[in-house]
Amino acid sequence: MSKKNKETEVVKHHLIQRRKPNRSIGGDLAIYIFLILVGIAMVFPLVYAINAALKPLDELFMFPPKVFARNPTLDNFADLFVNMSKSTVTFSRYVFNTVFMTAAGTAGHLLIASMGAFVLAKYEFPGGQTFFKMVTVALMFSGYVTQIPNYLIINKLGWIDTYWAVVIPAFAFPMGFFLMKQFMEGLPSSLIEAAKIDGASEWRVFTQIVMPNVKPAWLTMIIYSVQALWNNPQSTFIFSEEKKTLVYALNQIQSGGIARTGQAQAVLIIVIAVPITIFMFSESQILETMASSGLKD
Amino acid sequence: MSNQYFNKYFKLRKHEAKVAWKKAKISKMCYLFLLPYALLFTMFYILPVINSIFYSFTYYNILEKPRFIGLHNYISLILEDDVFLIGIKNTFMIAIITGPLGYILSFLFAWLINELPRWIRAITIVVFYAPSISGTLYTIFSVFFRGDSYGYANAFLQDWGFIDAPILWFNDPRYMLPICMVIILWMSLGAGFLSFVAGLQGVDGSQYEAGYMDGIKNRWQELWYITLPNMKPMLMFGAVMTITSSFGVCDVTMALCGYPSTDYAARTVVTHLFDYGFSRFEMGYACAIATMLFLIMILCNKAIQSLLRRVGT
Repeated sequence: MSKKNKETEVVKHHLIQRRKPNRSIGGDLAIYIFLILVGIAMVFPLVYAINAALKPLDELFMFPPKVFARNPTLDNFADLFVNMSKSTVTFSRYVFNTVFMTAAGTAGHLLIASMGAFVLAKYEFPGGQTFFKMVTVALMFSGYVTQIPNYLIINKLGWIDTYWAVVIPAFAFPMGFFLMKQFMEGLPSSLIEAAKIDGASEWRVFTQIVMPNVKPAWLTMIIYSVQALWNNPQSTFIFSEEKKTLVYALNQIQSGGIARTGQAQAVLIIVIAVPITIFMFSESQILETMASSGLKD
Repeated sequence: MSNQYFNKYFKLRKHEAKVAWKKAKISKMCYLFLLPYALLFTMFYILPVINSIFYSFTYYNILEKPRFIGLHNYISLILEDDVFLIGIKNTFMIAIITGPLGYILSFLFAWLINELPRWIRAITIVVFYAPSISGTLYTIFSVFFRGDSYGYANAFLQDWGFIDAPILWFNDPRYMLPICMVIILWMSLGAGFLSFVAGLQGVDGSQYEAGYMDGIKNRWQELWYITLPNMKPMLMFGAVMTITSSFGVCDVTMALCGYPSTDYAARTVVTHLFDYGFSRFEMGYACAIATMLFLIMILCNKAIQSLLRRVGT
């Protein structure tokens, strides 16, 4: 009896050893083919956009159009800086505005939201859970709902047409706060207690123990904050041309008609390159953070 | 005797006070840490929602003081504003089609790529996520769907003899919304998708092994009985992301179909909100629109969440 038992054990063990017993080769093949087709469809606009930015003017208007550039050049990019240096607001100014607002908003968001997330994740105090519930409710409506009253509030603060109108509200971005708090909950409490026994103050615990251990969540916060700030034309709060953003310039150039087609393609690439590049380099950390992104009841 | 009793009593009290003081000290530290974020969050998220509800009952144009007019804004929105009804209809059309479909696609692709080798999976994630993270890449579709015969779609259809004259894709009300929906679907693999990918990686492998023992025969059973119940929190998160974005559609329709669009065929609730808020400065009316949008989003979220609780049971 024991021998037979052992035999079945071995058979079962063998079944488990093959990683996926419930998979057919045909099914796997069908999935791969499907994924490749969908992947090509998904990536086509991106490939096309990159190539269009590298095309010299005559190729841009060639008919029938070709996807890949034959004589790739960087003329379109150079045009952006050279041609637009004659306009009242140079292209580099738009770049500076966007970079400054994105960097300042993201840095503040990272610090302020992490501080709040830390105490919510690691301590219990009256009102804490209620506050977190409110943040999750804020995830449920998009920023458009609050745009009009936000405008009125910022108007009252006198921030209209300053960088602050964009930078300060970005600190309160709920998505980053939510993800950071969820991720910090996974941090072992013994780490914090050990530091406390050694006599570290809360601020020290936060800056020297907690923050270095949640680097994946930083990157996630950064990518979402950058995505929100970088891609927003911000034209509701900012009126003066010299404070407008890159995406605003992109919209202007795109509506500038056929003569600026090449430039429009080049700006588009500059605009999309930043979030995609950040994502590519931080992908594994972001996925690590997203593993704790779940909403529990 | 009684003295001893009192002593004990005071000692206990003293101890309790000490504990309470320590707790209060920790709480104080907590409040201090939370304060900056809580302040900004209140100012830019809670207060605006309250303000929005308040102004929705008033006539307010920034120059004059808000004047209370009761439900008038809501009544004229629903009974008199034909354009708003178009916006509501379009928003719901977009949300009902792209919302569930985008959600299912996010999960489907996350699930399909889950078993790919590590580095292939990493590349696939970038490819699938790029449209959503790049934010403005969708404007390239205005080249594909250009209204003259130089646009790819028109050139292709003309070459094959399906049409004689180029179609004005973004000016013809028949085509505007369907094309926008395709583009929104193309962009729908967003934060929810990443959450699904991460969640699938985190499902404990031994549960699958136990499943094989218990007679799970194919990948569909495995999906329903093991994978999905494990993924519930991520499914909730993904649903929140999807609902929020699919009711808030305006970027794609405004950028591609114009603002205002021909016959208001691509008007959404948010576009209408911008129209009244930032073009006509009828803030009270715009706030009524915002409040309705807020209620739609929250109610829809609650409904979907109670639905998702039943997954895998």
